[in-house]
Amino acid sequence: MVVETRELSKKFGDRAVVDQVDLDIPSGVCFGVLGPNGAGKTTTLRMIYGVTQPTSGTIHVFGMDITKNLRAVRSRLGVTLQQNVLIEALSPKENLQVFGRYHLLREPELSRRADQLIDFLELRSHAEVPVRQLSGGFQRRLSIALSLINAPELLILDEPTTGLDPAVRLALWSRVRELREAGTTVLITTHYMDEAQRLCDEVAIIAAGKVIGSGSPAELIASRLAPEAVELDCTPSEEARLFDGLGPERRLRVGRRLMLYVQDAAGLIARIRRQDEGDRRPVIVRPTNLEDVFLSLTGTRLETNP
Amino acid sequence: MSVWRRNAAMYKRTWKWNILPNFFEPVFYLFSIGVGVGAYISQMGGTSYLGFIAPGLVCVAAMNGASFEVTYNIYVRLVFEKTYDAMLTTPIEPDDILAGELLWAATRSCIYGGCFFLVLMLFGLTPLPSSLWVLLLIPLTGFLFAAIGMVFSLRIPNIDMFSFYFTLFLTPLFLFSDVFFPLKERLTGGWLWLAEALPLLHPVRLARASFRGEFSLTVLWDLAYILGMSLILLLWARRGVRDRLTN
Repeated sequence: MVVETRELSKKFGDRAVVDQVDLDIPSGVCFGVLGPNGAGKTTTLRMIYGVTQPTSGTIHVFGMDITKNLRAVRSRLGVTLQQNVLIEALSPKENLQVFGRYHLLREPELSRRADQLIDFLELRSHAEVPVRQLSGGFQRRLSIALSLINAPELLILDEPTTGLDPAVRLALWSRVRELREAGTTVLITTHYMDEAQRLCDEVAIIAAGKVIGSGSPAELIASRLAPEAVELDCTPSEEARLFDGLGPERRLRVGRRLMLYVQDAAGLIARIRRQDEGDRRPVIVRPTNLEDVFLSLTGTRLETNP
Repeated sequence: MSVWRRNAAMYKRTWKWNILPNFFEPVFYLFSIGVGVGAYISQMGGTSYLGFIAPGLVCVAAMNGASFEVTYNIYVRLVFEKTYDAMLTTPIEPDDILAGELLWAATRSCIYGGCFFLVLMLFGLTPLPSSLWVLLLIPLTGFLFAAIGMVFSLRIPNIDMFSFYFTLFLTPLFLFSDVFFPLKERLTGGWLWLAEALPLLHPVRLARASFRGEFSLTVLWDLAYILGMSLILLLWARRGVRDRLTN
């Protein structure tokens, strides 16, 4: 295991932000930690790379106890924080060189590595331009390049694609896949379920500091919900009329939107049409995805997290 | 530990000369007070008034150089740019960050203090060779004020607090630390003892002693104060950095 936590907990005052979390991240996988805002994802990551001290529990990274081998562990991992941390007056290349020095890299290795990463993340066209003139997508790619400067065995990405346009997201995903294929273990947090489903071999869903579901995305979906999802708009009273007799565990409501999970959508749609008596309301049928699982586990009310 | 000094060197290129103003400040005081007001004062402690305030202003330049670095700049890196959070994802530890920042602030105090000393030299205000001792005093002064500012910066709740630091702490120090007039001749008894607590007083007295080429037991006390106080503040800042960066 590259990362192994046991009964990991963190309290700020009386509030348990992370509560008895067990994670096992094998070598060479892309592992997703999913959860709503404020679920304890970032705190969990901070404990894994040793900046936050756990209140209780153990963490081993590369088989070493992080609290005792801080420098040794950190020299072998890379972290992209939620916020880009760049020196705005310097160019991407200079930023990479400054950051490489934190890892005690020296010339000529330092410049060689910086050059490689500039190509890998397609920064070449702006390699010499001050960072403050770069777009958000460029800055984000540079941030990820920084965390790769020491050729880490474990790459930790904290919400890497928040606020990026679709093209940049796709490009980043393919880079992450390449890294994983080259043997890097990737630990990623996100609240985009499509990202997790496309990218991650395994995920753990965290809410209010606890792991409430884990496994591969396909396993999670299969074990929690029926394979087909039907979406439509309806009021609670219509819902009672239309779906009388259908178990509440198969339904999920977000405002006016109702989602139903069934083995075969055809029967359900026929039933809706029959009840509606000729009034053809719009209905969407799609495969059940990780977002459905996420919502069914974490709930859909915004105030569920105190 | 020295990891971070290199990075400080990188900053020099970035922040280049945008903080020149606080180097000019003592230069303006030198001319306004020294030459302007000085014209009405025939003699002060055995020298011209200009000669009297020159050594103190070297210390003020060193104080300013260090203070700006460890106040606004540190705070921006700490809170807004999250520079330290990023550093802590590498083998760098909080102690390295503290050491690097204090050394860098002391370096800046050397740039300001040193440049100001050169200005004085051009005007023939530095009696050689005795005044060269001041070149050793500048980094010590810088380090002392770096440590003071660091302790303050790590504990304040928001960036607005710095205006208190500058107007209620540094400005009175500047005005009442023997730079413009000897406290000894204006204060008596208990007040004089109290004045010994002022951190700028000691570097200023040392600088003046050096310019005059005088040595007395006060020199030892002043040195002991600077070193001792720096050490205490260093330990305090060390705790502050750990509390603030690792929670």
